[in-house]
Amino acid sequence: MYTEKVMDHFNNPRNVGEIENASGVGTVGNAKCGDIMRMYLDIDKDGIIQDVKFKTFGCGAAVATSSMATELVKGKTVQEALTVTNKAVMEALDGLPPVKVHCSLLAEEAIHAALWDYAEKNHIVIEGLEKPVNDISEKEEEEEY
Amino acid sequence: MNKTIYLDNAATTQVYPEVLEAMLPYFTEYYGNPSAIYTFAEEGKRAVDKARRTIAEFIHAKTEEIYFTGGGSESDNWALKATAEAYASKGKHIITSTIEHHAVLHTCAYLEKQGFEITYVNVDENGKIKLDELEAAIRPDTILISVMTANNEIGTIQPVAEIGKIAHEHGVLFHTDAVQAFGHIPLDVEEMHIDMLSASGHKMNGPKGVGVMYIRKGVKILSFIHGGAQERKRRAGTHNVPGIVGMGKAAELAKNTMEERSSREIELREHLIERVLKEIPYTRLNGDRTDRLPNNVSFCFRYIEGESLLILLDQAGICGSSGSACTSGSLDPSHVLLAIGLPHEIAHGSLRLTLSEKNTMEEIDYTVEELKKIIERLRGMSPLYEDFVRKQKSA
Repeated sequence: MYTEKVMDHFNNPRNVGEIENASGVGTVGNAKCGDIMRMYLDIDKDGIIQDVKFKTFGCGAAVATSSMATELVKGKTVQEALTVTNKAVMEALDGLPPVKVHCSLLAEEAIHAALWDYAEKNHIVIEGLEKPVNDISEKEEEEEY
Repeated sequence: MNKTIYLDNAATTQVYPEVLEAMLPYFTEYYGNPSAIYTFAEEGKRAVDKARRTIAEFIHAKTEEIYFTGGGSESDNWALKATAEAYASKGKHIITSTIEHHAVLHTCAYLEKQGFEITYVNVDENGKIKLDELEAAIRPDTILISVMTANNEIGTIQPVAEIGKIAHEHGVLFHTDAVQAFGHIPLDVEEMHIDMLSASGHKMNGPKGVGVMYIRKGVKILSFIHGGAQERKRRAGTHNVPGIVGMGKAAELAKNTMEERSSREIELREHLIERVLKEIPYTRLNGDRTDRLPNNVSFCFRYIEGESLLILLDQAGICGSSGSACTSGSLDPSHVLLAIGLPHEIAHGSLRLTLSEKNTMEEIDYTVEELKKIIERLRGMSPLYEDFVRKQKSA
């Protein structure tokens, strides 16, 4: 059901991990619908994304779209990163099954959330960036299993 | 291991070679229509009768109470819709459970649109129906109780005899979807007070496309498929003779080998459960620990998602299934896992492995080893696990 590129990014995800003291961190999605993406950005003083890492809880497509999104924004300026839309992520993966399109939206949202965090930390306004809507604050009830 | 390890026997099973062998002559040699009058058709008719007898004896029913259908879903649809139709003048209320198969749940939803009222009785944390709730739900206009014999996802076996007893004490018909249980655990329609029972061939090493409906004598439901006088005028359509023969043969094998088969499966199952719970942290077993199908194992692994797990298992040659949303085509995880009280994020990390007597200990051990690696890998990239570890550290 997945393209070769999706399977490649699922099997060998690029840029998995965390960045300590990241310039911006964004987490989107919620455990209820089964996908959570967290994106870490390391942005230098010129506004260039030097490094990016991600962690994802989700299906094959969720992992692959996060991985591809990190590849697409790495080395880009903040403004360029804003042009990495879900469509761009999907195209780069040679497409997604219709039920998985929401994964690519989440990937786009994850980038935006990390950029928003970066902007807030540095008290700057990134033109064209809207406050991300997804959050996962509702998750993590304390159950014991 | 360079072969497929098949651990999805609740989805479908291998047709046993003896079953296939029994079926084959009815494709090419005795292909006559059993409804025909000439001698050439007699062998097919005899074979259908024999299968019917075998299945009737298997569940302690009368031969004329066994009806062949196109499968388990058809049997479920027939039981619910035809009962609703036939008994509507008595009442329009039906009771079922929250963890039924969709063949029952979606049929109930359809009946709700037709003006019937459905009560969905809850189950406890092990997936057992709450008998007091069930009994309390019965009203003067209740015409049917439909509760599955054993659950397809978590393997919990219901107290069927008690449900049947409650139904009959209140003069209500009792149907049970036994698709997962038939051929795997002993069933007795008399002792269990069952009025209608659905079963399927391919879940017990028979062929696909054939099923059974047991209808107790005196239950007044009518035909569901119209167009011929087959099956005592209650189920039209030319008999699927090879399929029926195959299901009969599978039932015969199941009957003769049930004890050794299930003790073998239980041995494999317990080994798998014990190793996984011991060696993979933050894992829970779903379903009842003892009242469970011999071949069913259902886990939830925290902080990971089921579809990713299935893809990686597949790459290791292991076939399993999951109740995660991503495998169901909707955003919600399995209704069964939610019904036993699991929060969404835990239900998303479910894995069902359903064994057969033909699996080996070596296969089970290999599966555990692969699972350990896969779970570790997926947790390593899970933000939920990252949060959990952080919280542990700061605590």
